[in-house]
Amino acid sequence: MYSEKVMDHFMNPRNVGEIENADGVGEVGNPKCGDIMKMYLKIENGIITDVKFKTFGCGSAIASSSMATELIKGKSIQEAMQITNKAVAEALDGLPPVKMHCSVLAEQAIRKALLDYSKKTGVKIEGLDENEFHEDDLHEIEVED
Amino acid sequence: MEKIIYMDHAATTPVRKEVLDEMMPYFSEYYGNPSSIYYLSNFSKIAIDKARERVAKTINAEKNEIYFTGGGTEADNWAIKGIASKLRDKGNHIITSKIEHHAILHTCEYLEKNGFEVTYLNVDEYGMISLDELERSIKDNTILISIMFANNEIGTIEPIKEIGSIARKHNVIFHTDAVQAVGSLPIDVKDMNIDLLSMSAHKLYGPKGVGALYVRKGIKIDSLIHGGAQEKNKRAGTENVPGIVGLGKAIELAYSELEENTAKLVELRDYMIKNIQNRIPEVRLNGHPTKRLPGNVNICFRYIEGESLLLSLDMYKIEASSGSACTSGSLDPSHVLLAIGLPHEIAHGSLRLSLGIKNTKEEVDFVIDKLVTIVDRLRQMSPLYEKNQEGK
Repeated sequence: MYSEKVMDHFMNPRNVGEIENADGVGEVGNPKCGDIMKMYLKIENGIITDVKFKTFGCGSAIASSSMATELIKGKSIQEAMQITNKAVAEALDGLPPVKMHCSVLAEQAIRKALLDYSKKTGVKIEGLDENEFHEDDLHEIEVED
Repeated sequence: MEKIIYMDHAATTPVRKEVLDEMMPYFSEYYGNPSSIYYLSNFSKIAIDKARERVAKTINAEKNEIYFTGGGTEADNWAIKGIASKLRDKGNHIITSKIEHHAILHTCEYLEKNGFEVTYLNVDEYGMISLDELERSIKDNTILISIMFANNEIGTIEPIKEIGSIARKHNVIFHTDAVQAVGSLPIDVKDMNIDLLSMSAHKLYGPKGVGALYVRKGIKIDSLIHGGAQEKNKRAGTENVPGIVGLGKAIELAYSELEENTAKLVELRDYMIKNIQNRIPEVRLNGHPTKRLPGNVNICFRYIEGESLLLSLDMYKIEASSGSACTSGSLDPSHVLLAIGLPHEIAHGSLRLSLGIKNTKEEVDFVIDKLVTIVDRLRQMSPLYEKNQEGK
């Protein structure tokens, strides 16, 4: 059902953990749907020098988080902004159709962590919109208040 | 093939050697169509007759009350649609429960679209229906009550005899989906006032694709499959002779060994539950502690998601199942776990291990050891766990 790469990133996920005093933290997902992704960024001079994640979710959610951290580590903010869910899925040699939302979640986690960084530091990031994080877009469910 | 630790017997079971041996001659040696009149076909006819007798005997039914089908799902569909169609002039109300197998639930939903009214009974935290609620739900137009004998996910055994009495008292037909129960629990259709009962061979070490519906003498039911005159004109289609032979042998074996197998499985099950609870914090046993299928272990592990648990177990070739949304193909976790009142996030972390007669204590110990490691690894990765630990 999963590619070897997905299984590799699930069994040996890269960059698991937290960053103390992270420059940006983003959490997306909903426990009701069975997946939450939390991403921590360390950013120096516009470069993502370190990234860690924690994920509650299925195998592809964990693998997508792991792959997303690999894709943005050492990259500039603008490069990280270019990472799409498709790029995450392709880097994993594909995800089953029903699991594509996991890669969307990974893309969103990156952007939300960058938004947090932008808010904390006042650094403006082009293309980031505070209103873009609607969990309903990922899963058609009602979000409890 | 690598050594597999198979703990998913509620999904399906391997065909036992004794069963396969009895089936084999009916593929290429005694292949005659049972409907034909010549010498060769006698073998098939006699074999079907023998299987029917074996099935009837184990549930205390009469031979002519057993109809072979293409499996448990067909038997369920036939029971519900066949009664609904036969009695639609008498009434259009059906009572079932929220924790039935989809073979029942989706059939009932289909009937709802076609003018029937269905009451889905609630269950308590253990998955038990309330007999009071059942009796209160019966109306003048109620034509059928269908409650499963034992639940496939959480193993809870329903009060079948009492349900049967209530149905009989109100003159309503009672069907039970006994797919998980047949082969594992003693069943007496007469004593339990059961009018219709579905079973499947592959849950009791028989072959896939064959099952049976018990229809009590006197119950009128429309056909589901139309065609030839097989099964007394009730179920058309050339009989799956080897499959039927397999069902007969498997059910006879299961009941000749019922006592010893039950004792063994209950001991193993309770040992497994106790040790998981002792060695892993924040787990929850789903289903009834004692009124449960002998081999059923169903546990929720907080802060983790079931599919990642299954994938991790599969790395050790441990085969199990989960009620997580990710394994169901939908976004919602199992309807059974939601019906017993579990919040979504906890239901996502469920694991069902269904033990079988070949499982050993060593295997159970191995699985628990691996579970300890896997659950810890996944929790260390989970932001929910982190939050909860901070709160302590």
